[in-house]
Amino acid sequence: MLDIVSRITLVTMGLALLIAFIRLVKGPTLPDRIVATDLLGVLIVGFIVVLAGWSGVHATLDAAIVIALIGFLGTVAYATYVERGDPQ
Amino acid sequence: MIDILTAILWLAGSAFALLAAVGVLRMPDVFTRMQASTKASTLGLGCLLLGTALQMGDLASFIRAASIGAFILLTTPVAGHVIARASYFAEVPLWKGTVLDERTRDGERRSATPESGQA
Repeated sequence: MLDIVSRITLVTMGLALLIAFIRLVKGPTLPDRIVATDLLGVLIVGFIVVLAGWSGVHATLDAAIVIALIGFLGTVAYATYVERGDPQ
Repeated sequence: MIDILTAILWLAGSAFALLAAVGVLRMPDVFTRMQASTKASTLGLGCLLLGTALQMGDLASFIRAASIGAFILLTTPVAGHVIARASYFAEVPLWKGTVLDERTRDGERRSATPESGQA
C-alpha cells in the first residue's frame, strides 16, 4: 500500500513543481519570480524527503538539508538585489 | 499502523504542496502569492517530514527530519519579510482590490532608504 501512496505523493509533488514553474516563467515582475523560486526550493525539499522515506537511504535527507540552506540564502540574496535596484 | 499513518501524512503534505502551487499561480498579487506559498513550507513540508521520520523510524533520520523542519520554520518568516519589503519598495503594483496600505500617504510611498531621511 505504501508503494502506491508514495507514487501518488511523488506525482502530486511533481505536479506542484510544474505549476510553480509556470509562475516562474509567467511572473510579470521580478518579486513574483523570487516567490516562485522560493516555493520551488521548498517543493524540491519535500520531494527529496518523500524519496528518502520511500527508499530508506539516509544520505538523501542530508541532500534535503543542503537544499533547504541554499534555498534560503538564494532568496535573501535575490531580495537584497531587488531592494538595492540596479548597481551603478 | 505506522504505514497507514505515514500514508495519511504524505497524502496530506502533498495536497498542501499542490494547493500552495495552485495558489501561487492563481493569486492576483505578489503579496497574496506569498501568503499562498507559506502553506507549502509549513504545513506541507511539516507533514511530509513527520511521515518520513515515522517511516524510517530510527533516531538518526528523526534528528535529520527535525533539523530540516526547525530550519524551515525559522527561515520562512525571515525570507517572507525580506521579499515583501523588497517588493513593496520596488513599487510592485498592488492588487486593485487592496483595501489598506498603511505606508502610503499623500499618494506616494515612503521609502526606507537612508537617503530620503523619512524612514
